Amino acid sequence: MIKATDQDRYNRLKKTSTIHYNMEVNQVLSEVIDDFPDKLAGMEYFYNRFRPLEEGKSLYPKDKKLIASMCIHVPIEIIYALDATPVRICSGSYSADTAGSDFLPAKICPMVKSTLGAIYLDMLPGNANPDLVINPTTCDQKKKIGEMEEEIGKEFYVLEVPPSKDSEEARQYWQRSVKKMVKKLEKVTGNRLTRRKLKKSIKMVSMAQAEFRRFMRLRKNAPVIFGKDAQLITNAYFFDDIDNWTINLKILNDELEERINQDINVVGLRAPRILLTGSPSIFPNMRTPILIEKLGGIVVYEEFCSSSRMLSDTVAVDEWFLYDMVPAVADRYLKPSTCPNFTPNDDRIRKILLAMKDYKVDGVVYQTFTGCQLYDMESRKIGQELEKAGYPVLNVELDYNPKDSGQLTTRLEAFMESIKDNKRNK
Amino acid sequence: MQKFKIKKYIDNSNVSRFRFWIQLLSFFVFVYGGYFFIEIGSRLPIFSCPYVEGSPGGCYLIGVQHELHSTWSTIFSPRGISILKSLGIFFLFFIFLNKAWCGYVCPLGTLQDWITRLRKTMGFSFVRYNEMSFKRLKSIKYIILFLLILIPLAIKNSFFGLPLLPEGMHTPFCQICPARIILPLFTGDTSQIFVDFTDTSTIIMTSLGLMVAALFLVGSFVKKRFFCFFCPMSALQFLFSKIGILRLVKDGDKCTRCGNCSRVCDVGITEIADDVLSKNIVKDDCMMCFKCVEACPEEGALKVKVVNFDIFSATEEGFFKRYGETADPEHLEKHGLLNSNKKEKDD
Repeated sequence: MIKATDQDRYNRLKKTSTIHYNMEVNQVLSEVIDDFPDKLAGMEYFYNRFRPLEEGKSLYPKDKKLIASMCIHVPIEIIYALDATPVRICSGSYSADTAGSDFLPAKICPMVKSTLGAIYLDMLPGNANPDLVINPTTCDQKKKIGEMEEEIGKEFYVLEVPPSKDSEEARQYWQRSVKKMVKKLEKVTGNRLTRRKLKKSIKMVSMAQAEFRRFMRLRKNAPVIFGKDAQLITNAYFFDDIDNWTINLKILNDELEERINQDINVVGLRAPRILLTGSPSIFPNMRTPILIEKLGGIVVYEEFCSSSRMLSDTVAVDEWFLYDMVPAVADRYLKPSTCPNFTPNDDRIRKILLAMKDYKVDGVVYQTFTGCQLYDMESRKIGQELEKAGYPVLNVELDYNPKDSGQLTTRLEAFMESIKDNKRNK
Repeated sequence: MQKFKIKKYIDNSNVSRFRFWIQLLSFFVFVYGGYFFIEIGSRLPIFSCPYVEGSPGGCYLIGVQHELHSTWSTIFSPRGISILKSLGIFFLFFIFLNKAWCGYVCPLGTLQDWITRLRKTMGFSFVRYNEMSFKRLKSIKYIILFLLILIPLAIKNSFFGLPLLPEGMHTPFCQICPARIILPLFTGDTSQIFVDFTDTSTIIMTSLGLMVAALFLVGSFVKKRFFCFFCPMSALQFLFSKIGILRLVKDGDKCTRCGNCSRVCDVGITEIADDVLSKNIVKDDCMMCFKCVEACPEEGALKVKVVNFDIFSATEEGFFKRYGETADPEHLEKHGLLNSNKKEKDD
């Protein structure tokens, strides 16, 4: 806990960071919304999710426990089934990153620092004040920040994730780990997991997935929506009410379908179609997609844990009883995951190669946060495979500091131009 | 396009429900068909057991055991051609449905599925094998197949100067087959529940048979398709499975290895999810029930084909029709998400 003598310092830090955070949010929102002329009516709802909240106003139902997760490997179906609200607290804020730097060595991924800073300063999405933070043992950096719970002043629960996913042993271990988490959550929420409730929540999440998959299908051919908008939608899923999210995505999808029928696109058909992968873009760190799209490209697929990896994979239950439903939910978070924390991770290459074809991608931008070894190490193999298949790849390394965008802009610009040239010469 | 619409209808359909009714019908035909003067043939690739009074045909395994219960000189005389003829008939039956004979037609398989249903209604969990020991047991069905060919031969012929096996071991597999004991019960015939005290070999074989039958009932209560894992018919079928007309093919590029297919698989095949290189994905334990195709959300990753025509493919829409629709229509209605009026049962 924070010592009383430090309370003043903490309050000051919190106050300035919050001001900076709000500035960041407004800045990014104005870039995302105002700098692009063609606006989709259905996006209004999602833009509004990110407007800075009035001080202290929480977005979440007050009568329910709030369970925060630091990764996609936390089964949200189980949280919903226990009448609690899940919120994913991975942070993309530079001001939180600065605050988090006090606790961690310099060469740590900005997302980890930012998340830690955000928890410490209570700058979580929707003013969340979680009753429990679930910290899956995925990448080393994330799992180690769980040890700072006392200093940070929040309860952390370590959810054990195996380092590999292919073997049956890993699967059994993970299923047991999830069962253990159920016990913990039952204690925290005071509710018991029942067959009826879990079934309902599986179906509820699967409806969101079905709608998301429809959204992705609509992006396969014509450039009907910008990638920066797509990423705001998936980022809203982190903390939004899931039913509202689904219904509003449905409204947007209907609009997109209508636009496809009328041949209305947000950019010309010759705009370079980009697949974005690597370290996830999390609001308000939207620099890469915004830059790509300001330079005349369009992001058509994101292979991110903040996007397709979070929402595509489904739960298949054979027998609708708890003994099969809980393992089924667990399986969906392990088997299809393309998180680089698992080794081997050939599935990620295969997934990207398939998306290249399905989404008619012209080139790949591989984004790595400074200090993220896993994505950095995988960039080599993925780059080789993509080049073997004849696709251009651009590796960019960036952190959360918005000031050093200069070099990024130059490199992206050159990449876009070369793709445009290639397309013209075809 | 009319053709397109029909395909979509099939892709969205619930094959498991269709299978349930086909199985019910087949069970009726292969246990009571004889009473209605139905005659199908005696070289069938399923346990259509002639010990059942109403059986409309016979299982190929009983045929082959009888045929091989002869001396080498008979086998290699013109009379031996009938052995090849039987195999040909078996093959002709088999090739049409491939291993779907197991999943859709075999009465013993159907019976196991019903026992599974009973367990589900009672809310008991199924048992999972330890994978390592499971792999080791895989060869048992081939060993049984080998023995059921070898033993009848060894009754009539001496191998390497060894003494002949006792006559009491004729049709050795039938003697231990649970179909012989259990299926007649459905016609009210309990006469197969006995121990034959003619000599030592018959005592051993028939007692073994009773034990296997008991094990069958207990085993299939705790484990889906318990017996099929040891079934020599399944082993024999698999030898010809590659040239079957009905096929199950996989497009590994489209597979995310999410494992939905293998987790709904009644016989626990893991390759269906993990193997992204093979096109033909029928493994020896597969019974072609196509639950895997139902559980696959990736467009066209798994396909059922007749020769080269797709008849049932994995689709996103089909998946969400079967697995996604909410259990709570009220909840859907509230949010205007109810897109179809029909409320499907979800298992």
